[in-house]
This record gives sequence, C-alpha cells and structure tokens, in this order.
Amino acid sequence: MHQEYTVVEGDFVNAGKASSSVKKTLKQLNVEPGIVKRVVVALYEAEVNAIAHAYGGKVLVDIESDKIKMVVADKGPGIPDIALAMQEGYSTARPEVRDMGFGAGMGLPNMQKNVDKLNVTSEVGVGTTVEMEVNF
Amino acid sequence: MTLREIAKLLNATVCIGESRLDEEVEHAFASDLMSDVLTLKDTPMLVTGLCNIQTIRTCDMASLDIIVVVRNKKVTDDMIELAEDDDMVILSCPYSMFKACGLLYDAGIKPLY
Ligand SMILES: Nc1ncnc2c1ncn2[C@@H]1O[C@H](COP(=O)(O)OP(=O)(O)O)[C@@H](O)[C@H]1O
Ligand SMILES: [Mg+2]
Repeated sequence: MHQEYTVVEGDFVNAGKASSSVKKTLKQLNVEPGIVKRVVVALYEAEVNAIAHAYGGKVLVDIESDKIKMVVADKGPGIPDIALAMQEGYSTARPEVRDMGFGAGMGLPNMQKNVDKLNVTSEVGVGTTVEMEVNF
Repeated sequence: MTLREIAKLLNATVCIGESRLDEEVEHAFASDLMSDVLTLKDTPMLVTGLCNIQTIRTCDMASLDIIVVVRNKKVTDDMIELAEDDDMVILSCPYSMFKACGLLYDAGIKPLY
C-alpha cells in the first residue's frame, strides 16, 4: 500500500497530519499498538523537521506485509554535518519552533530510537531525505 | 484518583471528556517539551503549559489521552475538534505548573521516573 502526503514550510497547524493518517491505517491493519507508536513518533518528528527546518516536502509511505517504509524528502537548506545533527541536544531551531514544543534537539535521536533502519542523506542548499523502516 | 477528583482538586474546567470523569488515574508526567513527551513508553496523564494544536497531535502520536493544561491557557476549538477524534480528556486549571504538580503528587499521583 502506497501513500503520499505533502508538508508545507512553517505550517505547524498541519504538522502531524501524515503521521496521524498513517496511525489510522496501521490500526485498521491490526498492527501491534507498540509498533504503531514507534512508527508514528518517528514519522511525526521527521514531519516536524521538514516543516521547521526546511521549505516543506513530501512524505512517502509504503506498507508491506512485514514492514513499513517511510521517506520524508524536503527541499531546504540541508544539513552540513549529519553526525552533529544526530547528537541529542543539538538544535538550530528558531523560537517559533520552540513555541510549538520542539527544538530541543531530540527529534533525530527520537527517530533513531524508534525505527529499525534510519538513513539520513542531505545536500547543503538542496534538501534532506530521511528514510526509515520499521519491521512489524 | 478519579478524573472527577482531579478536576476538583485543581479547580479545573472540563474542556472535553465529561463522560470519562470516573476513570482512575495513577501516573502523570509534566512537560512543555513535546519531543520529551514523545520519548515516553507509558501513557500517563500529561500536565503541560503548552497549549496548541501540537499538544493534541503529540498526545495522539504518543497514545496519551488525558491532558491537564495549566495557567488557564485557552483551549481552542480546533484543539477540541482534534481531541474529539481520539476521545481525549482535557482539563484546564488556573494553577501554575508547580502548584498543579505539587497538589497531584500530594494526592498520591505517581511519577513515571
Ligand atoms: N530536514 C531538515 N533540514 C535541515 N536541517 C535539519 C533537518 N532536520 C534536522 N535538521 C538540523 O538538525 C538539527 C537537529 O534536529 P532534531 O534532532 O530534529 O532537533 P530539533 O528539531 O529539535 O532542532 C536541527 O536543529 C537542524 O539544524
Ligand atoms: Mg526536530
């Protein structure tokens, strides 16, 4: 099953819509609640990043019988040092992002903790792609 | 302690979830940082000063469904609408985070950590 969503820069009101919809789908498919939570927590943090740090992008979701694959691809400034960005506490978030309850530098570490596979690729000045997989 | 007793203790208004007030609550977690809420494995009652649509979305993702908002922050209609979808309870109390947490702790509500 393939699903696609669009995320828009600065659109915090809709941050989490894709994750919310994925949650409903996985529930309908009777995926174990603990696994659903890991999937949606990771996807939500990735969605928030595309909205907060980039100029928006696309969320692509593929649900297979034994796993879910998620790609959040944005157009944006990119991440110059991915290893640094992955460190807990590292954040360049604007005050506006902090006002939404994010921007503590926990997003990428949260993704890492919740998924079975995480791959972040980025080109400065072009954009960032976050690929994640969770096994059912 | 029931949600009804908690609402009374905190002098709180029930914004949504009237029908669930007889449910018991054992644990609470207090934070304004949604990334922190997203690290929880358990599903305690959330006490928070962050009152916007992301509070509700975060609780949805983290499978939390009882929220206490402190300092009488305005719970908006779009928050209520989203909370309705997930059958959440939202209480809004006038007290500070410090006082609300102190009262709850004193009344026997347990922390997670
Ligand atoms: N999609 C992205 N585009 C550009 N920079 C990003 C992106 N995602 C993360 N970053 C960078 O990595 C940092 C850490 O991200 P994260 O761990 O999610 O924490 P936070 O979002 O709270 O800052 C961000 O502050 C930002 O500098
Ligand atoms: Mg983030």
